[in-house]
Amino acid sequence: MRKLLLAATCGFTMTLAGAASAQDQALSNDYVKIGVLGDMSGVYATGFSGPGAVGAVKMAVDDFGGSVLGQPIRVISADHQNKPDVASATAREWIDQERVDMITDLTNSAVGLAVQSLASDKGVITMNTGAATTQLTNEACTKYGIHYGYDTYALPVGTATAIVKNGGKKWFFITADYAFGHSLQKNTTEVVESLGGEVVGSVAAPLGTNDFASYLLQAKASGAEVIALANAGQDTVNSVKQADSFGIVQGGQQLAGMLVLISDVKSLGQEVAKGLQFTSAWYWNYDDESREWAKRYMERTGAAPTFPHAALYSATTAYLNAVKAAGTDDADAVRAQLNEMTIDDFFAKGGDIRPDGLLVHDMYLLKVKEASASKGEWDVAGVARVIPGEQAYPPLSESTCAHIDQ
Amino acid sequence: MNVSLDLILAQMMLGLSAGVFYAMLSLGLAIIFGLLNVINFAHGALYMLGAFVALIGHSYIGPWLGYEDFQLGFWPALIVAPLLVGCFGMLLERTMLRRLYQFDHIYGLLLTFGIALMLQGFFTNYFNVSGTPYGGQPESLNGIVNLGFMYFPKFRLFAIVMSIVVCFLTWFVIERTRLGAVLRAGVENPKLVQAFGINVPLMVTLTFGFGVALAALAGVLAAPIYSVSPLMGANLIIVVFAVVVIGGMGSIMGAIVTGLTLGLIQGLTKAIYPPAANTVIFFIMVIVLLVRPAGLFGKE
Repeated sequence: MRKLLLAATCGFTMTLAGAASAQDQALSNDYVKIGVLGDMSGVYATGFSGPGAVGAVKMAVDDFGGSVLGQPIRVISADHQNKPDVASATAREWIDQERVDMITDLTNSAVGLAVQSLASDKGVITMNTGAATTQLTNEACTKYGIHYGYDTYALPVGTATAIVKNGGKKWFFITADYAFGHSLQKNTTEVVESLGGEVVGSVAAPLGTNDFASYLLQAKASGAEVIALANAGQDTVNSVKQADSFGIVQGGQQLAGMLVLISDVKSLGQEVAKGLQFTSAWYWNYDDESREWAKRYMERTGAAPTFPHAALYSATTAYLNAVKAAGTDDADAVRAQLNEMTIDDFFAKGGDIRPDGLLVHDMYLLKVKEASASKGEWDVAGVARVIPGEQAYPPLSESTCAHIDQ
Repeated sequence: MNVSLDLILAQMMLGLSAGVFYAMLSLGLAIIFGLLNVINFAHGALYMLGAFVALIGHSYIGPWLGYEDFQLGFWPALIVAPLLVGCFGMLLERTMLRRLYQFDHIYGLLLTFGIALMLQGFFTNYFNVSGTPYGGQPESLNGIVNLGFMYFPKFRLFAIVMSIVVCFLTWFVIERTRLGAVLRAGVENPKLVQAFGINVPLMVTLTFGFGVALAALAGVLAAPIYSVSPLMGANLIIVVFAVVVIGGMGSIMGAIVTGLTLGLIQGLTKAIYPPAANTVIFFIMVIVLLVRPAGLFGKE
């Protein structure tokens, strides 16, 4: 009897140990950790990253129940200051010491490219919701890098097409002088020229320029009908405001913001931004599902969600669903799962993550409303056109990504 | 791109609006170097401090003190910021800089450079690196003026006029009044001036305070034009030192004229060949150093 008891105890202990080791195999450690690496204090802190981004990820984790596969989900965040070296150092520390399983946000294309390559070398998934360059899923694509939300190919499809068709044929670019701006200028030029327009000149301004006056004067002197702002965040806000103070629009030229968020419209004021058309990956007031989510987000953070913030929520949820479905946080298994999943939530309608890492989904052409037509503080724009995913993004066959067959 | 006369004039106007800041800052540097023999590397940080006094006074001080409605407007800030920052400068001079006069220039340079880094670090901790917009621009200076060849914001025009007036008043006081004569004598022979019953150490402290106050005044004028950022001084100070080197260390009129001229040249370059605009000043500096090592207005 004693022997039997001993054997039973031994057996039970072994079963327990077995269960524990099975658990160890399911997750690399006893938690799933998500790192939000964004611009927390600079030009992109308001609409792309900042507290609103961390809030969106935490909200997704809470809505998910706070745990996956029986283990807690943790969120950490840091400021990359728009410096690729700072971002790489942080990502390396997160992966090696903090055991982070997925890094998201990664606003700023230079940062996005650096961290995506570093994380993939170390076998960690990145879900980039903030950067725009198409390089992330083309020549610089990686095995574990996902570009979730929008890119510089999708942005001009709506905006530039609408403007050229309205008669704005001669374009001049004021371009943010790094990967993002040049990528956006290239993609926009392609759209403009394919519709019979021409580009008469361009000037590159450093990221975080405070005084756009001399660039604007060059644009004015160029004789262009359209001055395209291939920049984003505070840079866009500054250039639109200063164009106003140097009488550019009174002079008969039209401004085209190639990447505008509703937070930018809010800080410009509808009076200045009136009539501005811009392409967005999502708009909070588009349908009931979006409004319901936006309402909960606003109660949490105090501001209306921009599309990168909505993308962060959606990306985090998609990642956690993939971990759950795969039964592990192993990067290969989760990446394969993300490939198979269809993402159809309030953010990504008919969304699909392709082998090159690009999320293809519908985009929206928005137009800023007259202040008198707004029904609330954040009701700043209306949807002029829905751009189906297959029009907004190029087909997979055109992707130059080398990892497609893997 | 064809360059029209209008574009050249417009860019030169913008150049002038940058040039007045070069002039005000290099003027302060020249006064401090002339009387104290100190190369004040903290000058850019003190300019930044002036802008922050304006920003904090306008947007933060009320809530901090518990009076939500209290705001320090732009006009009072033009007085308050130079006073506060000037006092801070005098404190630095009394407690630290004073101990270094007997040593080589390099010690003063190192000390002020360290102070600049500390001030920048402190503000970087609490404020946006890329700048916080200053909302206190007075109503009366909003809007634009049609200059014929361009539309120009009223506020920038005000900043240009005000800076030029301040620069020439300073020059007048130092070069044409009895007070200025005493100051200059104090530089030449402090012991003799002291023998006449003048408190030279106090005079030196006040002079340092005045030079610093000029930087703070420039900071307040810059706040509505550029956003207020912890690094705004660091970005500007390199150009300003080039201006001082070109003009000649310690020359009051040299600093003013060189500052304005280099602003105009920079504007002209922006119209003719924009990529060279940021390097043209340093190019001129190299030529001046080769041909006239003491600077255009230097004495040696």
